[in-house]
Amino acid sequence: MLVEALALSAVLFTIGVVGVLTRRNAIILFMCIELMLNAVNLSFVALSTLYGATGQVFVVFTMTVAAAEAAVGLAIIIAIFRHTRSVNLQNINLLKG
Amino acid sequence: MLANQFHSLFYAFGFYLFGLVAIASAVAFVTRKSPVAAAMWLVNVMFCLAALYVMLDAQFIAAMQVLVYTGAIMVVFLFVIMLLNLGHPSELADARGRWGYIFATFIGLVMLAEVMALNRANTIERMIPPDLAARAAAAAATPLAGGIIGPVAAPLFNEYLLAFELTSVLLLAAIVGAVVLGKRRTDAR
Amino acid sequence: MMHPAMIPEGAHPLAATVARFVWLLPLLPLLGFLINGTLAMLGAAKVGPADPSAGHDSDDHGHGAAHGHDAHDAHHAPTRHKYAAITSLVGPGVLVAAFGLAVACFFAMRSVDMERPFLLTLFQWMPVGDLNLTASFLLDPLSMVMVLVITGVGMLIHIFSVGYMQDDPGYPRYFAYLNLFVFFMLVLVLGGSYPLLFVGWEGVGLCSYLLIGFWFSEKANADAGKKAFIVNRIGDFGFLVAMFLMFANLGSLDIATVAEKAVELPMGGAIVTAMALFLFLGCTGKSAQIPLYVRLPDAMAGPTPVSALIHAATMVTAGVYLVARSSAIFSMAPMAQLVVALVGALTAFFAATIGLKQWDIKKVLAYSTVSQLGYMFIGVGVGAYVAGVFHLVTHAFFKALLFLGSGSVIYVMHAAYHATHNHDDAQDMRNMGGLKTYMPVTFYLMWIATLAIAGIPLFSGFFSKDEILGSVFARISHSTLAEATLFGVPGGTILLIVYVLGLASALMTAIYMTRMMLYTFHGPNRTGEAERSHLTEAPWIMTGPLVVLAALAAFGGWLNVPELLSAVGPVGSLDHWLEPVVGEAALRTTLGAAPHVTHQTELMLVGTAIAIAVAGIAFALLRLKPAALVPKKDSPAATGISRVLENKYFVDEGYDAAIVQPTLAVSRAVLWKGLDAGIIDGLFVNGSALLARAFGWMGSQLQTGQVGTYAWVLLIGVITLLGAFTFR
Repeated sequence: MLVEALALSAVLFTIGVVGVLTRRNAIILFMCIELMLNAVNLSFVALSTLYGATGQVFVVFTMTVAAAEAAVGLAIIIAIFRHTRSVNLQNINLLKG
Repeated sequence: MLANQFHSLFYAFGFYLFGLVAIASAVAFVTRKSPVAAAMWLVNVMFCLAALYVMLDAQFIAAMQVLVYTGAIMVVFLFVIMLLNLGHPSELADARGRWGYIFATFIGLVMLAEVMALNRANTIERMIPPDLAARAAAAAATPLAGGIIGPVAAPLFNEYLLAFELTSVLLLAAIVGAVVLGKRRTDAR
Repeated sequence: MMHPAMIPEGAHPLAATVARFVWLLPLLPLLGFLINGTLAMLGAAKVGPADPSAGHDSDDHGHGAAHGHDAHDAHHAPTRHKYAAITSLVGPGVLVAAFGLAVACFFAMRSVDMERPFLLTLFQWMPVGDLNLTASFLLDPLSMVMVLVITGVGMLIHIFSVGYMQDDPGYPRYFAYLNLFVFFMLVLVLGGSYPLLFVGWEGVGLCSYLLIGFWFSEKANADAGKKAFIVNRIGDFGFLVAMFLMFANLGSLDIATVAEKAVELPMGGAIVTAMALFLFLGCTGKSAQIPLYVRLPDAMAGPTPVSALIHAATMVTAGVYLVARSSAIFSMAPMAQLVVALVGALTAFFAATIGLKQWDIKKVLAYSTVSQLGYMFIGVGVGAYVAGVFHLVTHAFFKALLFLGSGSVIYVMHAAYHATHNHDDAQDMRNMGGLKTYMPVTFYLMWIATLAIAGIPLFSGFFSKDEILGSVFARISHSTLAEATLFGVPGGTILLIVYVLGLASALMTAIYMTRMMLYTFHGPNRTGEAERSHLTEAPWIMTGPLVVLAALAAFGGWLNVPELLSAVGPVGSLDHWLEPVVGEAALRTTLGAAPHVTHQTELMLVGTAIAIAVAGIAFALLRLKPAALVPKKDSPAATGISRVLENKYFVDEGYDAAIVQPTLAVSRAVLWKGLDAGIIDGLFVNGSALLARAFGWMGSQLQTGQVGTYAWVLLIGVITLLGAFTFR
């Protein structure tokens, strides 16, 4: 089932990428990123059947980082929302060069 | 023998089932207009992945997936959506239009094709050791020394102890950051 | 850095003696350099920037020191450096210690069998691929001789400098440079590998540059320093190429290994000849031979003791040392040897003719040095390495004496002019005359040196010069050189030319040295009425070293007495001493047999040499009339051949017209206006700025602020990368 698991991982990752490219809602964008992280986790777990439990340790780390990222990211979104009354990324272009 | 064959057939069926459900849910997730609906579809993807983790002998990770991802992170997402009162479908959420979708899907397919081609060309076939089945059978026959969690916990608290401790610092920083960013400015003049 | 815990190579008998401390030899002057350098910087910080021109009110270039020397000079209070006392102890002190150690090493070496050199490995230096260089010191009879000369003569010159430079504001700086020079010079002669030798070689060049330009606030001095530095670079290029050739063909840069392997190359082959010629190119730079000799006379811009130490006794002889050190290579390349001897002879002759008509006392000595260096190269060129080194040693004695003596004269002259605020040239012999009544000690001592350099029997120069000329003569008939050809000319003919040029130079040497003595010390005094009362003997700290050097110049010839004069002392001491180092190479040149000339021939040769020396002195005494001279400011411009000689054959002008000016013109027209202003400034500098701005503008257009755009760009990058991996 290894090959299938890796293929599934790639498909889910791609769906996450397509989501990032198409959606403008910041929260949904975030969730797409979570989906991509999950896809990577799946390949870690799948490969850990070959190479031992180290891959699973990495999954634990990924989850931790994802949690931290979600906390900070959502806090930023809240701050932005307070400022612009919107979570649409098209309205947020302070970085324009 | 028969039981064994049946077992592996059932295993394959389960794997494909959960995999396809995950893909379908993911597609549904990126296409929903309502953020709440999207979040619920994502939760479904995660459940499916948890099931796959179990089938891949990563029971501990499966439990973590349910507890941390679905139970904590996604709840935070939903909480924020409701806090900001974004629950209704937003037209702005899909401002790209049809061509945006088509082009993005095309790009995604190109990327997927490339990844698949890479995998086919190099790695997976060669990565699988010839005695994988024998090894897996041997592993299944011998009871694990530390149970299910032992193999994960041992490297986590030995080799990766420093990284583990650093993640605690990271979490602390994230908490402080979230609080600072999220609280209202009371001293605003 | 250097650590006493060294690995003695094998079990050399010297390893058990005081010679195991040979690493201290260079370290002592280095210590002196550090102390004096620190003092120089401390003093400079306290009294403000050391202005070398302070109290230096004369506009003539390169005269002696003695700024504000006279106590009764109201306008210039002595600007003695505040740490001068410590420097006076440390500067010469480290040299005295080093000389003591060198003498101890010498006696240790005498008591053991020196069949193989003592190699002291200090630490690993550069392990790069096949090249494994160690910092190692090679102590053998040849380097021992050089160490004794450097530390011995160096010590005397350091002591002399205490008096000569006492009132210079840059006193500690001067001694710091001088100590550093001795350090590098010792590294040069003790270096166990060519790269380490090269470190010393470059280091002495640096110190030479620093000391020539010691009074750098005058442009002429700074220019002279630069000239020396740049001309030396040409020679260093040759040395470097020679080292590359060694490594490429012999696989090693250790002096001992190179010597072993060089003799396995084909005799007279292209590789070994190229090696020898490139080494010799290095020597022409360092030792001021044609065509790179022009820097040495200009180098007289430095303080006179510097001229004595660096530009007469030690550094300029480094080339001679290098040829003797590489005797194995040179002996395998007879054609290169012929080149060395011929260049040496031409330089000796050429410089001697210029010396005939110089008026600046230091310039006379400078051209004399060039000429004598030519002699040394004749010696080492014809494979008479001992004769060349012998002349190196005796020359170090008498030329150091001459320079220091002239230093005393300049010191006194300058002090006299300084006291009366006269701005005349303190180095021009036309302004001197009759100094023997005022400076009797210097007068007698310098006559000893003059007789030595002229080759009057039983003075040191006689022995060494005679040995060189005798060696040339002996090799005309029976040697590898005679069998070789140079540009189709048989080697025997070339050696004959060399011999004749050598004789002619000897004659002129006697003439111009006598001329110098006549014009400086004899006849009426032309200094001036007011100045005359200020003329007096230099202080004892300056005359003391002169006395020691005079003794050496007089009796230094006893080092290597020829068989013919076995009555006066032990025969061939230096021959025996250097036999383990250069004996084999010398024998190869002379086809395995000791060079032999019949007794009658030898008598005739010696007789010729004596006759020439006496004739030269007699000619000068009879024909030159010091009484007819007038001071410089009243002298008419020279005409005819005198003018050509006085202007050094216009070689400097020729180099200027042929090399310097075209280079400048090309630099201006092509390199500056075209390349620098046009291409570099226009295309590269402004062009790259324009390019950066264009790219910056394009990049700024990418910065839409839209996260979606960034994601798209990112993804395109990912796809490109993945594609590159996929379709690799």
